[in-house]
Amino acid sequence: MTNQTLAQLLAQQPYAADFFKQNKLDISGFEQLTPAEYLAHFSPEELEDRALEPERLLADLALYLEQMRDFLGLDEQQPLRTLTILPGRDKAGQAEDFERLTLHTSEIVSIVGPTGSGKSRLLADIEWAAQGDTPTGRRILINDAPPDPQWRYSSRHKLVAQLSQNMNFVMDLTVQGFLQLHAESRLHPDPAAVTREIMTAANRLAGEAFALDTPVTSLSGGQSRALMIADTAILSASPIVLIDEIENAGIDRKRALELLVAQDKIVLMATHDPLLALMANRRLVINNGGICQVLTTSPAEKAKLGQLQQLDAVIAAARQQLRRGQRLS
Amino acid sequence: MNLTIVSGPPSSGKTAVILKTIAALKSRGVKVGVVKFDCLYTDDDKAYAEAGVPVQKGLSGALCPDHFFASNIEEIVRWGKQSELDLLITESAGLCNRCSPYLKQVKGVCVIDNLSGINTPRKIGPLLKSADLVVITKGDIVSQAEREVFAARVSSVNPRALILPVNGLTGQGAYELSTLLYNPDLQVETVQGMQLRFPMPAALCSYCLGETRIGQAFQLGNVKKMDLGEPEA
Ligand SMILES: Nc1nc2c(ncn2[C@@H]2O[C@H](COP(=O)(O)OP(=O)(O)OP(=O)(O)O)[C@@H](O)[C@H]2O)c(=O)[nH]1
Ligand SMILES: [Mg+2]
Repeated sequence: MTNQTLAQLLAQQPYAADFFKQNKLDISGFEQLTPAEYLAHFSPEELEDRALEPERLLADLALYLEQMRDFLGLDEQQPLRTLTILPGRDKAGQAEDFERLTLHTSEIVSIVGPTGSGKSRLLADIEWAAQGDTPTGRRILINDAPPDPQWRYSSRHKLVAQLSQNMNFVMDLTVQGFLQLHAESRLHPDPAAVTREIMTAANRLAGEAFALDTPVTSLSGGQSRALMIADTAILSASPIVLIDEIENAGIDRKRALELLVAQDKIVLMATHDPLLALMANRRLVINNGGICQVLTTSPAEKAKLGQLQQLDAVIAAARQQLRRGQRLS
Repeated sequence: MNLTIVSGPPSSGKTAVILKTIAALKSRGVKVGVVKFDCLYTDDDKAYAEAGVPVQKGLSGALCPDHFFASNIEEIVRWGKQSELDLLITESAGLCNRCSPYLKQVKGVCVIDNLSGINTPRKIGPLLKSADLVVITKGDIVSQAEREVFAARVSSVNPRALILPVNGLTGQGAYELSTLLYNPDLQVETVQGMQLRFPMPAALCSYCLGETRIGQAFQLGNVKKMDLGEPEA
């Protein structure tokens, strides 16, 4: 790399451009120089003024390029197939009563238990790929083996993506600009195509359709959630998705879960909504910091789910009538 | 004693994260104390004292808080040793984003928050660029995509740092952070002779020395003028 010119470097590894941009280094006009020659053109005053350290920047550039190459290679190399939780102990020091819990891609597992019972700790154990080194003593295996430390430390390749009711868009961008930005940061080869794909998926989830030029901050609650879910399903690199409740209004939650599962995600969902909890095939019951039961959704419960979904449809229809200014029939 | 220097823009969640981290360390029997550096005002000392954490505060007043930090850190470390702390954490608010309080041989942590906007990593200088660990807070209120873009940008300006999301409210991630901050085998006896990671600006102008009058005639020392180009006719 050291003897490549900037032009050669950018041709070979286009994502290098973002390194220069984020470090406020304007390289236009200097393409025929090597990175070291480019940094050497700053005077000592300029270096001080801009708080630049050429040696560190060169080392950082090399590291950045290496990380990006790794990141690009990862998707193909080692797809996640299973996530295994090995038991630890609850807050009282009691061993958790299960042997090993293995979740597969495209599986939905719900998590139930009172507030403060230890749901966050379980999610944190998974996020950190705990190896007996957290308060619960749990261990996490990926594809039946202790995980590569990159899951813990890489900023671009996190094990877990999270969706919760409290999350909002804060960027001052249109839906199009927002998706474009995310696609670029993910080094997606075709941002335009993936933007279209996410839009189609999001509009299938949202009660009311929205357009590409809508500012993300002016989307309704349901539309925001639909866009977040579609974007996480299709564009996030994380193979596991943790969901902390999905609101009922303005979004088709069944389809939302189907979308995540269709993208080979493992979905863990903390919820007390029976419509969601019963959509999972298994549910973990958490109490006093430990997983105290692993229940498989029974045929009777699945039948119950059918009834609840009918009720839900009645309420949704009434809501729709109200919105249209009609009388409830 | 271990020493950790925590810095970051105002209100980024430094105190919230430090308090949650201390709670995790306490449960492992580690004694932690904090020194808060600020410019004009802080209530953080009360928050620490309430949590039973030995605390000192230093207000730099008319001085640059980071310069003030550098002038006081040696005595602070002595205080920590005398108080028999296992870990001393300093918290200072990065104000102008140009200075940074990190020392070469001491772990430096930068706390920034997802709400500050995706261009923030680019705007913060050595405070972010030369940190060993970057803690990103307030991920609980922005979308997954925004968290990913933000973390990617942090990593572009500081690829060697470990980046850790921590929720200052629930403490999610704080236990993990605590394992990276305290190492019983590591002992700092004194910081005398240690070096700042990044030199602070050498600027000293008339206004640093108390000048209040505006105008070229009153400007001495390190004076820098904007380049305004030609007037637009
Ligand atoms: N939602 C949310 N709020 C947070 C989080 N972390 C901190 N906060 C809130 O952000 C505000 C500022 O947090 P502090 O911990 O006081 O920030 P600080 O960096 O210590 O501030 P100064 O010392 O004054 O510069 C407080 O209201 C916190 O409760 C977080 O992860 N999520
Ligand atoms: Mg504070």
